[in-house]
Amino acid sequence: MQSRFRSDRRLTVRMTVTMFLLGLLYVAFVAALIVLLRSWLLVVVLMAAMFVAQFWFSDRIAMFAMRGRVVEREEYPELHAVVDRLCAIADMPKPVVAVSEMDMPNAFATGRNPDHAVVCVTTGLLRRLEPAELEGVLAHELSHVAHKDVAVITIASFLGVIAGLIVRFAFYSQLFGGGRRDQNTAAVFAVVMAVSAAVYALSFLLIRALSRYRELAADRAAALLTGRPSVLASALTKVSGEIARIPTKDLRTAQAFNAFYFTPATGKEPGMERFFSTHPSLEQRLDQLGRISAELGEAATPEK
Amino acid sequence: MGLLDILLGRTKPVLPDLDQLFALPSAAVTLEAAAGFTPTGSGAVCFATVEGAAFEQTHREVQALLDADADRDGPPVELRQDEFGYSWLVSERSPDQLSELVNDLHAVNSSMEVNGFGPQLLCSLASFEGESGKRLALVYLYKRGTFYPFAPLPGDGQRRDNALELQVKAALAGDLKMEQDLSRWFPVWGAPGL
Repeated sequence: MQSRFRSDRRLTVRMTVTMFLLGLLYVAFVAALIVLLRSWLLVVVLMAAMFVAQFWFSDRIAMFAMRGRVVEREEYPELHAVVDRLCAIADMPKPVVAVSEMDMPNAFATGRNPDHAVVCVTTGLLRRLEPAELEGVLAHELSHVAHKDVAVITIASFLGVIAGLIVRFAFYSQLFGGGRRDQNTAAVFAVVMAVSAAVYALSFLLIRALSRYRELAADRAAALLTGRPSVLASALTKVSGEIARIPTKDLRTAQAFNAFYFTPATGKEPGMERFFSTHPSLEQRLDQLGRISAELGEAATPEK
Repeated sequence: MGLLDILLGRTKPVLPDLDQLFALPSAAVTLEAAAGFTPTGSGAVCFATVEGAAFEQTHREVQALLDADADRDGPPVELRQDEFGYSWLVSERSPDQLSELVNDLHAVNSSMEVNGFGPQLLCSLASFEGESGKRLALVYLYKRGTFYPFAPLPGDGQRRDNALELQVKAALAGDLKMEQDLSRWFPVWGAPGL
């Protein structure tokens, strides 16, 4: 069967490279730890437990932080109908639908797998977008669920947080126990600290790059699912324009959850910040959607 | 989805499965015997509206193809847009022409598929009428290759007759591949022919 879905080779390559580097970093980090530190096991086990919890309860944590409220079909029939249709067309189980009483126009989806997923939109988004645009945004969020982004990003962040904690662990050990230690132990701790800091910095950048690529992948999947990339692009411009005008008071509570968002809540387009951002720039996203729109309009090519 | 697809954030488009549609005429006989519902002769195919010239071209071709059928005596095939932006291609036949209707539905679906719009197909439905004007639709979900009944109750309340739907599901279990997961029985309010 012929399909109009084309794989984006460059996006795939970039994502693969990023993930390869993350994996490499992980191997190097574990090797360094095993050589340098003997009590690492406890830290790793503790961190692993924390991450399993974060992964397992990701839907509830995010819902709590965003003050999302699960809504029934009677309350928001249109919202439910749009999600219904998208799920039928993508053949995925219907996620829990929630609404958050916030004026900031945004949406997020989370959950460890499609059976335990939540998709949440803010009332600000419902108010601002046309039904077709809302569908595009929801398709983007459902793509995150289908791509298992929560699992991928959580596992990727695991290393970064471990490294960050080891930095602190080493720091406090040196601070409080420094006087009684011999020279050798102190040197080892200093090295561990340096390595951890470097690992954390690198993994931080890589995770952000990974998150940006996954946003593009979700945009792409959403555009092909709904068949209307231009509508998604229009929703993006609307939402980005609105976010830039929201006062910072709202944003402080929202920033920690940016990785799960449709567009991040940081306002103006970044320059150097590009590398630290969890989302690709608006231009990049619009470019990609424009290309898909052109592909969809072409006459059918013979099957290869 | 394989591990590689998860890692790369790729979705494989779900491909439709059209063959089950041809089981409809025999199911209609069972349905009449079991619940007293007869076909109205109206059926429709629902798909996401894709932007661009290729899609316009495809559905114009399909429409022309169906209208060229010499046996057609009712109104011509009609394209409707619903409030969610989905397109419905509606075919009206006389009540005894269910197998022609099924051919229409199949023709629409296969030409969409051939032109690369298979992933955008949502569902097909054939509508039925019972005593005292009760309406029922058998909805076919391509992506799962299954059918489910949808019976809206009269009035604007958007309520559905779950008891009747479950009864129909049980009655047709031998004829059609029914959707076992009830959460996939999404309602199609205001679908043409209902």
